[in-house]
Amino acid sequence: MNRSNRILPVYTGDVSGACSALFELGGMVVIHDPSGCNSTYNTHDETRWYDHDSLIFITGLIERDAILGNDDKLVHDVVETARELRPRFIALCSSPIPWINGTDFVALCRLIERRAGIPCFYVQTNGMHDYVVGAGNALAEIARQFVEALPPVKNTVNILGATPLDYHTPEAVDCIRQFCEQSGFSVTSCWAMGSTLDELTQAGEASVNLVVSAAGLAAAKVLRKRFDTPFVVGTPYVTGADATALRPVLAQALQKAARYKASSFPCRDGRAQNADAARCIVGDPVICGSLAAAQELSGTGACRVVCPTEASRELLAPCDVATDGEEEVAAALAGAAHVTADPFYEAILPAGTKLTPLPHLAFSGRNAL
Amino acid sequence: MLTRLGPSVVSAGDASSLTPFPSTLEFNPPVHGVWNIVHMGMLIPEAHQIYVCAVNCMRGVVLTAAEMGMRDRFSCVVLKEEDITRGTVEQVTLEGIADTLRKLPRLPPCVIVFPVCTHHFLGVNMAHIYRELERRFPTVDFIRAFMDPIMRKHLSPDVRLRMVMHDPLKPCDPDERLVVTLGSDFSLDEGSDLRGILSQGGSRLTDIQHCATYEEYLALAQAGTFVSVYPNARLGAERAAKRLGRRHLYLPSSFTYDEIAAQHKELAQTLQLPALDVIGEIAACEEALAHAHEEIGDTPIAIDAAAHPRPLGLARLLLEHNFKVTEVYLDFVSEEDAPAAAWLHDNAPQVQLSSIVMPDLRVASRTREREVLAIGQKAAWFTGTSHFVNIVEGAGLWGFSGIRNMAELMREAWAHEKDTRDLVPRKGLGCPSCF
Repeated sequence: MNRSNRILPVYTGDVSGACSALFELGGMVVIHDPSGCNSTYNTHDETRWYDHDSLIFITGLIERDAILGNDDKLVHDVVETARELRPRFIALCSSPIPWINGTDFVALCRLIERRAGIPCFYVQTNGMHDYVVGAGNALAEIARQFVEALPPVKNTVNILGATPLDYHTPEAVDCIRQFCEQSGFSVTSCWAMGSTLDELTQAGEASVNLVVSAAGLAAAKVLRKRFDTPFVVGTPYVTGADATALRPVLAQALQKAARYKASSFPCRDGRAQNADAARCIVGDPVICGSLAAAQELSGTGACRVVCPTEASRELLAPCDVATDGEEEVAAALAGAAHVTADPFYEAILPAGTKLTPLPHLAFSGRNAL
Repeated sequence: MLTRLGPSVVSAGDASSLTPFPSTLEFNPPVHGVWNIVHMGMLIPEAHQIYVCAVNCMRGVVLTAAEMGMRDRFSCVVLKEEDITRGTVEQVTLEGIADTLRKLPRLPPCVIVFPVCTHHFLGVNMAHIYRELERRFPTVDFIRAFMDPIMRKHLSPDVRLRMVMHDPLKPCDPDERLVVTLGSDFSLDEGSDLRGILSQGGSRLTDIQHCATYEEYLALAQAGTFVSVYPNARLGAERAAKRLGRRHLYLPSSFTYDEIAAQHKELAQTLQLPALDVIGEIAACEEALAHAHEEIGDTPIAIDAAAHPRPLGLARLLLEHNFKVTEVYLDFVSEEDAPAAAWLHDNAPQVQLSSIVMPDLRVASRTREREVLAIGQKAAWFTGTSHFVNIVEGAGLWGFSGIRNMAELMREAWAHEKDTRDLVPRKGLGCPSCF
């Protein structure tokens, strides 16, 4: 039964993913939830909470208001708080009960926006998906609602999908930025670490988008649709492998995309399509696919990516596996002699399988730090 | 009419209600020492916890177990959208739990099951699920917990768990010389006067924290008397005592000499034990408080409700002994703490009562003109101090010795800095931790 996890944790949920993606943008995120969503997020999934005062709140939903449909309280509380704290935008997220009740968040956003005079949008979440979906939807909404149509600027790039959930080490984003600069592209914005909302609004001028995690793909598609900006899927920041050979491949892909408006998936297409199950990498498909490509290019051999997160299928090579739950991931790793994965996966590996640690905040939380 | 010093702060002199702050959006400070239901459930030796919920709700509890290094005692059953839309929540709950139990290397003697808000809203027949689980796994005690924070008109998940975790205790002959504290996360101090009264009279005090095996846990049922000292434990201890035909004494941790003396008397009379020398105990408290005050002087003191269930009672004690209490962090005043609130209203109206969760606190200043001595992790974070008494939930302080120990903890906290940034984000103070 793929619903029961005997010993593995679950990945970060969609609500936390949305909060993580919007954390640095000066908005106010309100989770329509009784309790727990905020504490879960800021305890296990948010490394910035102690030191940065981002406005992320819950509504404190109670059963009476959920049953009787007292949305007025939500609207009132959000508007009053927004008037006091003056965020750049308001984002509403849902949790399971409002979703079950069919709460009309789009209408609520319209009401709140009119009353508060602050842009308000709904990030589609219900607590039942993983962070890739939540962060992806949040960044896609930013791309839809805030990015301005600007004249294109040559050799500029947006980095899409950078959150601590996938890039928790301090040097990761700097490394990606450096790679872009060294490849001849100046960085217009980084979604969403180290850039302001104002910088993100300029993203429409970029000549190409670099999608560095699955969470960035939805925004890349919106920007492609709105501004015809091509995207390249892959990351130059890989740990556990020599990325020297991968970086020219990615740089070339960026240049090609900028020149011919052709999107590409080096993390998927830039490696062997028929790797066997002996060597596996588990995690985000962009990061793991890039790591697999880097290993292959450096002569270590082909690897299969095992992807336990959602919205990943188009990012996977034919030999890769998308899994759902502990049982499926255990089956995918059953024949592996060497697995690169978060250390928590050790609990389900067959005896004798060698594990190379690839700590992932979105999986093992603070244990990854 | 309240005179607000800010949206989330009111002076004690203006606070005229037990709920001085309006219900609005809430934020969560990065302070996590208070135990949650996972920490509490782990107190039952050999018990296995199974949560049945959506991933976003699951994340916090499963990683609590992971941070405790106890992943092998925790499992998940994940609910998905299609379970709601297809009406299979009941089936997935039952079969998911059963599947988990079959996968465990050894069937545990006790399983704590945590359904969630979704189960209430969809009218899932949990009674049927438990009947079926008990039929399939007859050697397992299934504890019927809940993680349903939306149900605020019912028992909180915390109170409910402290109640149902005694359900496996079975009727047996009582040992009148055995006294058990039920429902507390912390053992009473070894030197507490409650222990002193009991040992002086030849009785023995124990609790769940001293149980290494599930059998030892079940043996707690032998106690002739159950005592609860933590407010959230009271209901469960009362219920267990009634079901098992035992005496129950509710003796909450207090900072009032008269109340503590009355508790001593009640305990001694009920168990027919000699009482301690109350006058001598009070004199020792006065000495400890005076000694602490010599060192702490007029340092501003902030107290939070997570440190002790009676933050206002503690504030009153300190103010009466010339300490300078300036801030108390709480979201409501408990009935037990109401007399202290009334005293502050009349005698220390300048003390500021501050919410813990209101949204403006997210951006409020966390520096003070003078270094503060905080009692509790949240007070430490809100005031930006590195001098704090690092306790939660009363920390097993009880009686006159509790007052003396608090004075000593304050003195120690003022003398030595702590690394607030490192300490307060850790979950479950006193629990096993990987950090």
